[in-house]
Amino acid sequence: MSTLSRDEVARVAGLARIDLTPTELDRLAGELDVIVESVARVSEIATPDVPATSHPLPLTNVFRPDVPVEPLDRALVLAAAPEHIDGKFAVPQILGEDA
Amino acid sequence: MSGGTELTRLSAAALADKLTAKEVSSVEVTQAHLDRIADVDHAIHAFLQVSGDAALAAAADVDARRAAGEELHALAGVPIAVKDVVVTKGLETTAGSKILKGWIPPYDATLVERLKAAGLPILGKTNMDEFAMGSSTEHSAYGNTHNPWDLDRIPGGSGGGSAAAVAAYEAPLAIGTDTGGSIRQPAAVTGTVGVKPTYGGVSRYGLIALASSLDQAGPVTRTVLDSALLHELIGGHDPRDSTSIDEPLPALVAAARQGANGDLSGVRVGVIRELQGEGYQPGVLARFEESLELLRGAGAEIVEVSCPHFTYALAAYYLILPAEASSNLAKFDGMRFGLRVVPEDNPTAERVMSATRGQGFGDEVKRRIILGTYALSAGYYDAYYGSAQKVRTLIQRDFTAAFETADVLVSPTAPTTAFKLGEKLDDPLAMYLNDVATIPANLAGVPGLSLPSGLSDDGLPVGFQVLAPAKADDRLYRVGAALEALLENEWGGPLLLKAPELATELEAGK
Repeated sequence: MSTLSRDEVARVAGLARIDLTPTELDRLAGELDVIVESVARVSEIATPDVPATSHPLPLTNVFRPDVPVEPLDRALVLAAAPEHIDGKFAVPQILGEDA
Repeated sequence: MSGGTELTRLSAAALADKLTAKEVSSVEVTQAHLDRIADVDHAIHAFLQVSGDAALAAAADVDARRAAGEELHALAGVPIAVKDVVVTKGLETTAGSKILKGWIPPYDATLVERLKAAGLPILGKTNMDEFAMGSSTEHSAYGNTHNPWDLDRIPGGSGGGSAAAVAAYEAPLAIGTDTGGSIRQPAAVTGTVGVKPTYGGVSRYGLIALASSLDQAGPVTRTVLDSALLHELIGGHDPRDSTSIDEPLPALVAAARQGANGDLSGVRVGVIRELQGEGYQPGVLARFEESLELLRGAGAEIVEVSCPHFTYALAAYYLILPAEASSNLAKFDGMRFGLRVVPEDNPTAERVMSATRGQGFGDEVKRRIILGTYALSAGYYDAYYGSAQKVRTLIQRDFTAAFETADVLVSPTAPTTAFKLGEKLDDPLAMYLNDVATIPANLAGVPGLSLPSGLSDDGLPVGFQVLAPAKADDRLYRVGAALEALLENEWGGPLLLKAPELATELEAGK
């Protein structure tokens, strides 16, 4: 199984939308490489005949009556936002100028 | 010893009795704990926020209702501390992260609603590893908590704040959350009691999610009976959590009371072969063996069970947890709540998100999100996440087979006693090993309890873990309360009596 190079960590950090400094990248690449090597042993016993489990207890879909309930207080929600305008969240431009 | 000090030493059950008998008011009890926090939390740092005014107001309200003859919950008026990963309306909630600094939640978690409805004053929010990722509280963005037994040592994690608050008599009760051991391991290293209920036994609505298929909230206390009382209050079905079990809880308090008589005739106790031996401190194993002898003496039948796939649990956990966390923490994007970092030059939302997360998340959170993103990425999914899910199946089968020959399973809660602050901070794998005995229960969804079983050779507390089948949480309380009674009979009182007295603010200032 491939090990985790510095370039690979930079690529994955990009996917995860986390800016890393060069120092962080150096350190994380070393640490993650050790961790990935250690956890990779799960494949030793994960043979094709074993079914996967995603959840601790068997679950079926849960439905409830479609009845309106009190929503969160809009003023309280907006008060906790980094920026809001006209009762809505204010966000930076979604698309860059090249788009 | 002043009256206030005496109040902080009582169990929640004893406080509840005094409150019910009107020997003491909730305002007095709550003030005593606020005073204790003011006295010792400079040294412990169990709390991120203390909500004294709100707690005293809630206490006064309970006292008024009691005076008016209203029928109240058994724990009404007993104050409680809440882990900072649980949202509290109007009270800052950070999950130990800089990215949520100053966030005031607009709603209460279901379990907080239940605490408030039952009249438990909330003393404040307790410290934790950032987003519950850690075993020492050293990954909190607000500084670590100190172990009351030795201030140079870790209080466990992630819920070290809740465990230390209870151990240092700053609160009689606390709420914890346990994703891989974050209630039980801190209980073990602080000489307190902690219970991870069956997955789905306590609502997850309003918990800031770490790994949704593993997270479970539960009680953090000084006695087994107190945990049962709190568990019955916060547990039970909640339609707002689709994974909540839609069945009544077993009779937990009754099981704890039954266990306290010390008779375990006919109970089969399974010792897990794979959770002892190499890596476990000799003093931890010695206390474990002595507890087994006490259980045998109480009539329990001790059998050895093998759970061969448990040796793969840690590896599976450190794939499943990061994978789920990487998804759950995607909501911290700097748009709707928490920190927003805006780079120069009219950046896009994507650039803002990356900058925000780069500055707002600590090292361990970055490490696990990147690990999880990697494990889920194209080309690696089957080998890592897919395999980990298969290991989960094998571990569940191990439990099923073991519970055919035993009613409960037991092990040491953690392989070692509390280590020194800083000792494992630069070695993530060594840190992860603290949870080797607690993780299997989370992967299988079964309930687990840790109670103190004595002091190791280094004079620090050791935890004894009891595991039961899913939805049979009552067995934890019966066996836990029995062992607690037998041990305290030998010690002549609770283990915490052996903990050093903490210097108060006044003395420390001299």
